[in-house]
Amino acid sequence: MNFELLIQLIVNGLIVGLLYGVIGMCFVLVYKSTQIVNFAQGEFLLIGAWVCWASLIYLELPFFLGFILSLCFMAAFGVLLQMIVLRPMIGEPIISVIMVTIGLSIFFQALMKWIFGVSPQSYPQVFDTQSINIFGLNIEMAYLMSTVIALIIMVAFYLFFKHSKHGLAMRATAFDQQVAQSLGISVKQVFAMSWGIAATVSATAGVVIGMVNGVSDSLSIMGIKVFPAVILGGLDSIVGAIVGGITIGVLENLAEFIDSQYLHIGNMYDIAPFYVLLIILWFKPYGLFGTKDIERI
Amino acid sequence: MSSLTMRPCGDFRTSYKQDNTIFETKTIRYAAILSIIALCFAPLLVDSYFITLLIQISYLGIAALGLNILVGYTGQISLGHGAFFGFGAFASAWLNTSFSIPVFLCIPLAGFLTMGVGMMFGAPAARIKGLYLAIATLASQFIIEDFFARADWFSGGSAGSMAEPINLFGFVFDTDQSFYYIALFALVFMYIWGCNLMRSRDGRAFVAVRDHYLSAEIMGVKLNKYRLLSFGVSSFYAGIGGALYAHYLGYVSAEGFTIFMSVQFLAMIIIGGLGSIKGTLMGVIFMVFLPEALEGGVGLMKMTEWGNIPMVVDGLAYIKEMAIGLVIIGFLIFEPEGLAHRWTQIKNYWKFYPFAY
Repeated sequence: MNFELLIQLIVNGLIVGLLYGVIGMCFVLVYKSTQIVNFAQGEFLLIGAWVCWASLIYLELPFFLGFILSLCFMAAFGVLLQMIVLRPMIGEPIISVIMVTIGLSIFFQALMKWIFGVSPQSYPQVFDTQSINIFGLNIEMAYLMSTVIALIIMVAFYLFFKHSKHGLAMRATAFDQQVAQSLGISVKQVFAMSWGIAATVSATAGVVIGMVNGVSDSLSIMGIKVFPAVILGGLDSIVGAIVGGITIGVLENLAEFIDSQYLHIGNMYDIAPFYVLLIILWFKPYGLFGTKDIERI
Repeated sequence: MSSLTMRPCGDFRTSYKQDNTIFETKTIRYAAILSIIALCFAPLLVDSYFITLLIQISYLGIAALGLNILVGYTGQISLGHGAFFGFGAFASAWLNTSFSIPVFLCIPLAGFLTMGVGMMFGAPAARIKGLYLAIATLASQFIIEDFFARADWFSGGSAGSMAEPINLFGFVFDTDQSFYYIALFALVFMYIWGCNLMRSRDGRAFVAVRDHYLSAEIMGVKLNKYRLLSFGVSSFYAGIGGALYAHYLGYVSAEGFTIFMSVQFLAMIIIGGLGSIKGTLMGVIFMVFLPEALEGGVGLMKMTEWGNIPMVVDGLAYIKEMAIGLVIIGFLIFEPEGLAHRWTQIKNYWKFYPFAY
């Protein structure tokens, strides 16, 4: 039993899990307010990370300026995407909506490969020290920053939904679209806003992951890996997304640990969450915190 | 009624049998038979590259029909069809090499094996539907893909596995031209089978489950049975398609059967039209010819003065992928009912031709 490795893996799992939680939150936000499952979530990360990378390399901006520029770009991008592609899909059957986002995902993935190539690119050095030592554990600076950013985003989400007028409008729309509309809430605006927020926040996660692993099209896999997390928590629960994200993050690292120490099957890190996903769907189809559908004829 | 040559301007059918024919009029039946006969002569008339495209259409068409039975007729969603297609391919090669079962028996056996696997992964469909089902099948796609990469005894691992050509009574179907006849026979057989399935009680039950599953259950359609059965039929078709693919290429490797392939199958049936058998074939033809058309377009561009943009020529693979994404989005926004619907509209236009209203 290698305790040091175990603890290191669990800490890594927690940090990555927080990021899953953040991405999952965006996913849930879009699903809750617009009833669209966003299979192109991973491409938001990818585009955000590439835009930030390009602004650092080609425009030679300092990191935080480039970062903010890419966030602004992504906000506009999310809103435009909703207005052009997803607005016509309101009221269409689930299969069509899913397929549109899958189509978007294919399109943007290929576009990014076309523009930026397939080889991973690393960000210029942002921090002076690459990793620091906390209680004997090596933690990369970028991961530390990602944890801080993830926590800030979570608190910001909480404050936004609890205390701002727009947040209230979004919650009302999620609760009942028709009632919200009849009370004078612009549902269109809410839809556009939720896509904008989701794109921006996912881009943040994309930049953070890009800083650690380099930017490449493997980033878009994060968008698929977030499914186990949101299903575990329940598709329409923001708290559930965070809990699910952390659980999946720790779990995949534990699976990796058990596999590397005892089983030697290989590739458990990537595939274990999907086994978990199937098991959850078997026993608790609406997740831990999701609302159950009740149907009447 | 079925003896009519032309389609009447209105619905004059009086019996259930008339409502249920595969071919609405004599003309359509003769046209179908004639076109099959014409296709039999295709190897003599067109070059071998076109034959490879036709073979591609037939094995993809069989698998896509399976997906359309599942998605278009039963209203379930599957994002794992590419993996089932791959499973059929590996299963057939595995049965042939490990148990030395003759290849022409391996293909249906691989279909049944895939059916078993599909039903296993479709089992959650008894409890969940819609979105959750989509995500469950997505998980099965990744799990099966992982299985291909790992199970050396089954798939040959990263090296892939060899599949022998079909050998029937001493005649070996190892050229494109000879395999074409196998593919054509399989395609026609599976499509007639699909048409007949949809005319039977089980087919109507599928449609009932899709249209209103609660009402269907109240009327005595067993929901779990039909949802599972639909997964079974769909994977059976995928398995047959995959097995044909394997014995056509002679070699199966694990790389091809990704989520992208599953999406392409979905794209085919969406472009063709959900819940339409002839639409499925239209969609497959569209998707097979789309990359060819793009390649041709870039070829034409090379002749003009802008043809030297290296970005376009080097990025052809990406442009093809992007085109698939764009086509999916475009069809869903502008033509959500697919090509089959457009075809019906064209027919209706000509039916009333000079007097449209």
